[in-house]
Amino acid sequence: MSAIHPPAEKLWWKQPVDGVELTWIIIALTWCLIMFFAMPLWHVFGEQNYSGEAYNVLPEQHIARVEQMVQAHTVRHETDLQIPVVRPPAGSDVYLLARLWQWYPILELQKGQTYRLHLSSADWQHGFSLQPLNVNVQVLPGYDMVLTVTPTESGQFGLVCNEYCGIMHHTMLSRLYVVD
Amino acid sequence: MKPLFRTCPKSGLVLHRDAENLIKANAVAAVVFLAVGGLLGLLVALTRWPSVHLLDAQRFYQVLTGHGVVTLLVWVIFFEIAVLYFCSAVLLRCRIAMPRVAWTAFVLMLVGAAITAVAIIQGGSSVMMTSYVPMPASPLFYLGLILFAVGALIGCFIFLGTLVIARDERTYEGSIPLVTFGALSACIIAIFTIASGAIILIPTFLWSVGYIGSVDPLMYRVIWWAMGHSSQQINVAAHVSVWYAIAAIVFGAKPLSEKVSRGAFLLYILFINLASAHHLLVDPGVGSEWKIFNTSYAMYLAVLASLVHGLTVPGSIEVAQRKKGLNGGLFEWLRKAPWGNPVFSGMFLSLVGFGFIGGISGVVMGVEQINFLVHNTIYVPGHFHGTVAIGTTLAFMALSFWLVPILFRRELIWPGLAKWQPWLFGIGTALQAFFMMGAGTLGVSRRHWDIAFTDALFDWAYSGLAYTMMALNGMSALMAVTGGLLFVLIMVGTIFFGRPSGVPAEYSAQRPATLLPPAPETGGHAGIGMGWLVAPGTFVLAMFLLVIFVVYYVINYAYLASLWKIS
Amino acid sequence: MNQNDGGKAGAGQANDEPVPAMQRVLDNPFLLLFLGITVPAVFYIIWGVMEIANIPIGR
Repeated sequence: MSAIHPPAEKLWWKQPVDGVELTWIIIALTWCLIMFFAMPLWHVFGEQNYSGEAYNVLPEQHIARVEQMVQAHTVRHETDLQIPVVRPPAGSDVYLLARLWQWYPILELQKGQTYRLHLSSADWQHGFSLQPLNVNVQVLPGYDMVLTVTPTESGQFGLVCNEYCGIMHHTMLSRLYVVD
Repeated sequence: MKPLFRTCPKSGLVLHRDAENLIKANAVAAVVFLAVGGLLGLLVALTRWPSVHLLDAQRFYQVLTGHGVVTLLVWVIFFEIAVLYFCSAVLLRCRIAMPRVAWTAFVLMLVGAAITAVAIIQGGSSVMMTSYVPMPASPLFYLGLILFAVGALIGCFIFLGTLVIARDERTYEGSIPLVTFGALSACIIAIFTIASGAIILIPTFLWSVGYIGSVDPLMYRVIWWAMGHSSQQINVAAHVSVWYAIAAIVFGAKPLSEKVSRGAFLLYILFINLASAHHLLVDPGVGSEWKIFNTSYAMYLAVLASLVHGLTVPGSIEVAQRKKGLNGGLFEWLRKAPWGNPVFSGMFLSLVGFGFIGGISGVVMGVEQINFLVHNTIYVPGHFHGTVAIGTTLAFMALSFWLVPILFRRELIWPGLAKWQPWLFGIGTALQAFFMMGAGTLGVSRRHWDIAFTDALFDWAYSGLAYTMMALNGMSALMAVTGGLLFVLIMVGTIFFGRPSGVPAEYSAQRPATLLPPAPETGGHAGIGMGWLVAPGTFVLAMFLLVIFVVYYVINYAYLASLWKIS
Repeated sequence: MNQNDGGKAGAGQANDEPVPAMQRVLDNPFLLLFLGITVPAVFYIIWGVMEIANIPIGR
């Protein structure tokens, strides 16, 4: 019963390591290092990364930018609430607002074009969850998170809120269109 | 008054009376909270079973908040305080430091947990365990957690104080036992955890009473997770120590090498708490260098430590079994292990479940870029049911089957049912973890009352398979809760109705004999195993785990590569 | 930290052999406590808070 007793050898640090342990440590450490270096390498060679670009922003500033974009680029309205569908020019800055319990506005992007997507919240924390791709990021009030995105397929996508944001959290659902 | 000790005739353990009572109190409180938390968990799972959808939205979020706080903080930390006292006072044959202060700590934890529970029951604090600002909870919610944390912090210092007493009074010879060393690593991780909790919860409490204007949401997330994730790292260090203890108790297993096992615990102490960054991988702002260094526990050194423990614990059992003559083939030692003994079966299922389910999923989803696919989906609870429910809770259950009869001097009731308990709970939770991870892979959110989005302006339909997975999760929860309930009933029944075992306890003020190291082994591991491998079966199992790990990791990166371009 | 300061050594071992440095570190709970608090406090909390403090103000 040695694990619940003091080590049998007084100078246990000098005990030689068993072959099976040493072999395993070398294999496991190799795998650990591969996993570690994969992350920076994916920043260089992979195409799905968040650069870390973000700014401090007041909710009212973000709302103003959203409104400006909506005024300039709305193409139609949807649902009884007349939620605007915005088709911003390719390459432009696109603003999406999360608030209780709505994504605003609906975005219509073009396949193969690149946009700078700004995400922020007007009130509590929310979660941007694009389905069925299953791409998920956190949305915070006070921070403008900038993701440079290039849709590679067209269609209608679901935009779910996946950070708990109160009693009507489950109704915070929207769409995102990608057209050819 | 001189400290009083008794010797347990069966196990040979020497128990200081105050330490014994403190361990009993903390363990009983833990089991009571486990019962509450488990039943709340059943309500959660039944609500998320789409065709059952048991609770309304308001009640669901309230119950989910309670389930998270009670199981992830209160149950495990109460039990860990009991483990810390056991590993110091009992294993070192020492009096516990400042028993009155330790009782104060116990009362603080109890009162704190009760205050937070009241806040949740009142209904104004359905903010989830994470209580992300600026969503407000009642001030009592934070106050209770702060008191609970202060109590736990005092418990940690009682443990350290007891180590000092044991050393000064020379109650043992040589270095502290490996299991006590593992408990020390849990204690150190806990102190960092609780300090971080204080740094963030005290300002949040002040904000909730209107004393300060606001708490920055991103700052909150960084520091809160230094508590929220690290608290689960206490669990890891504690349940790995419990694995080593059970290997020693059931098999008389000796660590393959003290150096390697203690070195692995050192890696936990140094690096495991960095992994709180797992929760911030898709947050705005904090840079990739910070994310990569921290999410990888500094080049995955704490993962290396877990991989090492995953080999050395079963490896030491294999060597002990082979020495007893079960030296045939690769797996005779495992086939002929005491699978009907819940102390062993619980520990081994905990080890396998933690490695294959909790461990692999945790490392893969903690990869900076793969986290895009996982963040806030129900994959995350799937993962941590693999770590906390199978890994920690099942290990603690297994230890209780051995320890509770010793502490209360009673025979275990229902030994026939106790045999099945680890299997019911272990397999039930493993299936839950598996189905939640499956549903999360298909996009289902965590903390979500209605994945059908009734009353929403738009519609979105998850795949039929996702719905099936959520239903299967609910069914598996029924199985797991049956196992959990059985555990609670056996424990409570043993304490109240178990047959008294042996002679009545005789406490004596005489100083116990010094704890001596066992005699060094002669002959080493000659004549067992295959070739130069003393534990070939374990090595094959470890390589099997690694292969699954690598394949699963590559699949995730490959799917990620097929997605939209993001930079 | 004096539990290894010789005197009553385990059976049959050389008593005067110095205890290896790493073993002394691992036998010192308060040194480990210091390391276990400092490493995550510096690399996770302090570095993380600096990252947040350095997020620029939007235009």
